[in-house]
Amino acid sequence: MTEENRVPLLEARNIVKTFGSLRANDDVNLTIMPGEIHAFLGENGAGKSTLVKMIYGALQPTSGQFFWKGRQVMPASPSVARHLGIGMVFQHFSLFDSLTVAENIALAMPGPHDLAALSGRIAQVSASYGLPIVPSAMVGDLSVGERQRIEIIRCLLQEPQLLIMDEPTSVLTPQEADQLFVVLKRLAAEGCSVLYISHRLEEVKALCDTATILRHGKVAANVDPRRETAASLARLMVGADIHAIRPRSDGGKTGTPRLAMKHLSLAGDGAFSVALTDINLIVNAGEIVAIAGVAGNGQGELFDAVSGERLVAPGMLLLDGVALGRTSITGRRKAGAAFVPEERLGHGAVPTLTLSQNMFLSRHAVDPALVSSGLLDNSGALAAADRIIKAFDVRKGKPDPEARALSGGNLQKYVVGRELELKPKLLVINQPTWGVDAGAAASIRQALIDLAQAGSAVLVISQDLDEIFEVADRVAVISRGHLSEARPAQDVSREEIGLLMAGAHEAGSHEQAGSADHAA
Amino acid sequence: MDILLVLLTIIMTAATPLLLAALGEMVTERSGVLNLGVEGMMVMGAVAGFGGAYATGNPWIGVLASIVAGMFMSLLFGFLTLTLLANQVATGLALTLLGLGLSALLGESFVGQPGVKLPSLGGIDPLVPFALFMVFAVGKFLFGTKMGLVIRAVGNSHTSAHALGYNVIGVRYVAVLFGGAMSGLAGGYLSIVYTPQWVENMTAGRGWIALALVVFASWLPFRILAGAYLFGTISILSFVLQAQGSGIPSQFLSSLPYLGTILALVVISGNKALTRRNTPASLGQPFVPDR
Repeated sequence: MTEENRVPLLEARNIVKTFGSLRANDDVNLTIMPGEIHAFLGENGAGKSTLVKMIYGALQPTSGQFFWKGRQVMPASPSVARHLGIGMVFQHFSLFDSLTVAENIALAMPGPHDLAALSGRIAQVSASYGLPIVPSAMVGDLSVGERQRIEIIRCLLQEPQLLIMDEPTSVLTPQEADQLFVVLKRLAAEGCSVLYISHRLEEVKALCDTATILRHGKVAANVDPRRETAASLARLMVGADIHAIRPRSDGGKTGTPRLAMKHLSLAGDGAFSVALTDINLIVNAGEIVAIAGVAGNGQGELFDAVSGERLVAPGMLLLDGVALGRTSITGRRKAGAAFVPEERLGHGAVPTLTLSQNMFLSRHAVDPALVSSGLLDNSGALAAADRIIKAFDVRKGKPDPEARALSGGNLQKYVVGRELELKPKLLVINQPTWGVDAGAAASIRQALIDLAQAGSAVLVISQDLDEIFEVADRVAVISRGHLSEARPAQDVSREEIGLLMAGAHEAGSHEQAGSADHAA
Repeated sequence: MDILLVLLTIIMTAATPLLLAALGEMVTERSGVLNLGVEGMMVMGAVAGFGGAYATGNPWIGVLASIVAGMFMSLLFGFLTLTLLANQVATGLALTLLGLGLSALLGESFVGQPGVKLPSLGGIDPLVPFALFMVFAVGKFLFGTKMGLVIRAVGNSHTSAHALGYNVIGVRYVAVLFGGAMSGLAGGYLSIVYTPQWVENMTAGRGWIALALVVFASWLPFRILAGAYLFGTISILSFVLQAQGSGIPSQFLSSLPYLGTILALVVISGNKALTRRNTPASLGQPFVPDR
């Protein structure tokens, strides 16, 4: 046993990967021992995903070698990697929207095609690891958190010896994350190594045995995370100190009600969509209201209703007292609202358009600098894109790249910056820092706080409680399409929110509806 | 009773070429490739089928020749769009023009020649039940086998399929070739079974109707069956009406099958959830692997 333990499960030696003139990986070495949980840390664009894709066979290194249990290997394709015993849960899931959960998993499984038997095994793994999923559900109707479960179960069914997890907890509630840690620790105890990519330093400290830190494509350090502090890890990652969030200087002064939802109800759209039931919420000028909740409890539907992607009765939604429930998205933007959806690539930005072209998506009707005599003004868009890229430190490979060429965090900073720049009266943002590294997340949260302090109303929908407590003045919880009363953030504990997430408030939703009316 | 049976036979006979071509195109589109060259592949199948049967006297050789001709045309399409990444819409349109022109050239000497008809078995043309069988077979294949699942997966998200290690281009070649074989056979049916002779442009737009059928049938085999048989029924009805001298302009009656089929299918495809679920999301998009 000890003899075997000395041979590393996976060793990467002197890996170099270049894309054009960019050295994404520059002489990277990485050693993973059997049964260890190995953290892989680094800012967005540091080259983590590049190395991981090479291990998984989705990319080939420019030079360097991989050793699997001491034997030199070169994973030429993901199927070769899977055959070796490497499983991967991607940050951008490789799932098929119009196929069922079982069909999605069947696509990654070798052997005979028997969906009924596979569904049974899925249900079994799902129950034994505490990862609830319905095998016959269509993936297109599932939330991000549920999709991640599919990816994890898909890997577990192949009984991997190395499980690569790219930013797994960014879509989970604290309870779900704790459950995942139990799963990962159990896997490690069973001898399966885990390569754990994350920006959340506290959880790396709690979970991981060793950590490799990557900075600008090079290994910056190999450390034992349990002996480091979150601050020291962050310093190694960024190469400088991360600025703590500045609290508001005005002590959270709020103004008049700006956004009001009154008895807002919306039928589900498709078999797996959640119906919104009698939602009442006021967001005042100058405050940030956060909506917490487990993925798939109606957050997407609520965002659609507020942003105008789905229409409701006019009086259900008011901005500054004006009924907007049947107004188009553009009409709502003209009234002073701005929206940042959850999915930045494909929803917040068109992947194949450049950053400046993406500027037109949300600002064509509200930013006079983008239009000249009725035509699109590309120079205006380029100038606006440049301002945002500078203000939010968006890192990119070339001037005005396509949106899909940016890493997740950088694109999110860009999308948020695009909406914030016009100083909207109301900003609605869904999962503001999902899959975004610590530095970028801090700057996005700071920008939200600054916007509220400048007098805007901000509605944040988030599954990240740390984030909610960092930015929110008031917190409400959404559960199965019901929204709890919004309470001041300093008066509510994590445990109470956890209970509300599980649906504890639904019985009393009528009284809350009444009190919200009085507040209006 | 006898009249009904005769009518049914006529309807099935009229619907079979549409059914064959549409089934093939459905598999192609399920893999994410839009081949608008169905008409061209069909007409090449027709001329090759007639020629093969005429030259050898064996109609089965003709059937084989029509399949090979359709596959050859689709291979050309696949090479241009999948390997050279040409635009699928433009290439498909060009394929139709090429097929119409080339078939007229190759078939010049066939015009007016007596064709060789495929013998019917017990009063039924063997390709008619074969087309019906293919509805079930293709349905079973797409929704009940791993390979069918892979084709649907590639058509839904080629990037995800690639990330899982599937050979996207290879799968699409297979689907395109199957579409070509079925279109070729549909053309061969016209020149060996339906009207055993060669007439220039004898497919008369059936390839386009097959294409429309696929879309309005929401890429589902049994809806294609329903659409094709509906088309056959209205065609026969409009013939009957014309023969009876109903006073309705014949041009209107000739356009009825097209109008009626499309209208009916538009109504069925009103189920948005079902359509969304079955529409191949990456239809028409070229696949370029990362770097």
